[in-house]
Amino acid sequence: MIELHDVHKAFGANRVLRGVNLTIDSGSSMVIIGGSGTGKSVALKCILGLIRPDSGTITLDGQDVTKGDRDAFLARFGMLFQGGALFDSLPVWQNVAFRLLRGSLGRPKAEAREIAIEKLRRVGLKPEVADKFPAELSGGMQKRVGLARAIAAEPEIIFFDEPTTGLDPIMAGVINELIREIVVEMGATAMTITHDMTSVRAIADNVAMLHDGVIKWTGPVADMDHSGDPYLDQFIHGRAEGPIEAVR
Amino acid sequence: MSVLARFLAAIGQAVIAALAGVGRVTLFAAETISHLARPPFYSREFLHALMQIGWFSLPVVGLTALFTGGALALQIYAGGARFNAETVVPSIVAIGLTRELGPVLGGLMVAARVASSIAAEIGTMKVTEQIDALTTLSTNPMKYLTLPRVLAATLAVPVLVAVGDAIGIMGGFMVGVGRLDFGAATYLKTTVDFLETWDVVSGLIKGAVFGFIVALMGCYHGMNSRGGAQGVGHATKRAVVASSVLILAANYILTEVFFST
Repeated sequence: MIELHDVHKAFGANRVLRGVNLTIDSGSSMVIIGGSGTGKSVALKCILGLIRPDSGTITLDGQDVTKGDRDAFLARFGMLFQGGALFDSLPVWQNVAFRLLRGSLGRPKAEAREIAIEKLRRVGLKPEVADKFPAELSGGMQKRVGLARAIAAEPEIIFFDEPTTGLDPIMAGVINELIREIVVEMGATAMTITHDMTSVRAIADNVAMLHDGVIKWTGPVADMDHSGDPYLDQFIHGRAEGPIEAVR
Repeated sequence: MSVLARFLAAIGQAVIAALAGVGRVTLFAAETISHLARPPFYSREFLHALMQIGWFSLPVVGLTALFTGGALALQIYAGGARFNAETVVPSIVAIGLTRELGPVLGGLMVAARVASSIAAEIGTMKVTEQIDALTTLSTNPMKYLTLPRVLAATLAVPVLVAVGDAIGIMGGFMVGVGRLDFGAATYLKTTVDFLETWDVVSGLIKGAVFGFIVALMGCYHGMNSRGGAQGVGHATKRAVVASSVLILAANYILTEVFFST
């Protein structure tokens, strides 16, 4: 279980997180929604320790994430970045097997390559893709490779940062389905940040709405449409009128 | 606030900012060096950096040295003629190249070629979240990206300087024999007789320091780039400017240390 308690983070005068409280149950899929620049990515990076919060606590199964063995902590996570964040200088299979080729999870090269090809197949990519370089792939294929990399070491927790941004609706649907299938199949805890409502309905067990640096609403995805929360209501229906200013 | 107070405050702010920058670079260098003693060591990345920085810089360093050696021979001959001292050409070319021009021009050429390339590569990785991805994959970016490049440059640049020295002396020899009517055997004998081991070694030490500076500046500015393409462009420019200026400053300090009487 991941718990954020009163987490604050500011960049200079810009107070991005102003007391975030959130609980993500083990094995569940939490989707965080909110407008651009509301701190969704910052919250996610705080959990991973890529950004240090100014105050508040973040715990994973009761353990403070800033303490203890960092490698062991990160080995429990997989992450799909918004732009894929694939390493340009490495072929696809080495991107997917990056974690399996070094460190505590290191395997022999041939075995790592086999696992990488299997994970590529799992996300719908042919083995021929394995020896290509990221720049030779389309945006949708790069996202799938990123997804394969995120699941390569079979992590307990997977983070998805804007998984469908920049994709056409069909490819976005494919990625959403893949994420849902993989999370269910692996029994992993998932946290996704997005403002794509189709993704939310496809991926989420629970939804949290982040606005003005705090969680405005959280609950099961089934309750989202009749929450009675004016912020959530405006956001999910994409209305210009409401408590959220259209121009921020 | 008076005009004078505002002026002093502006100077104070600039000094504080400069000192903070020096502090950040020093901490960055210390962290880089500290990874030498802490496994794992990424040997494949190190060998790749060695090829990129050392082997692929050979043409530019060699050509620079060749033309510099030739031009130096012409200049010393013309200058020496004023004192009837044309015969000093071989020895001054050799000493000038090994002590000063070889390491400094080699360092500046490597700064232009390598610092820019490192800053652009790491800067692009930073703005496309590849550095964050490395961290989430349990790989320390300083260990994986910075240490191999800094170590490779520190080891490769002295070798480049040594090769540049030899090519530069050959450039002087070609001009001396071909244009200035020196005898080939006399030119070589004078070069060997007057050149001391310390002339060469001091230049190689300078080369190691310059290599360290070049890679460190490339990595530091790349790791600290922000924004998109424009941010990477600024980081690249800052890396080249900073490494060039630091090479010239370090050259003066090392020359003081090595040769002041």
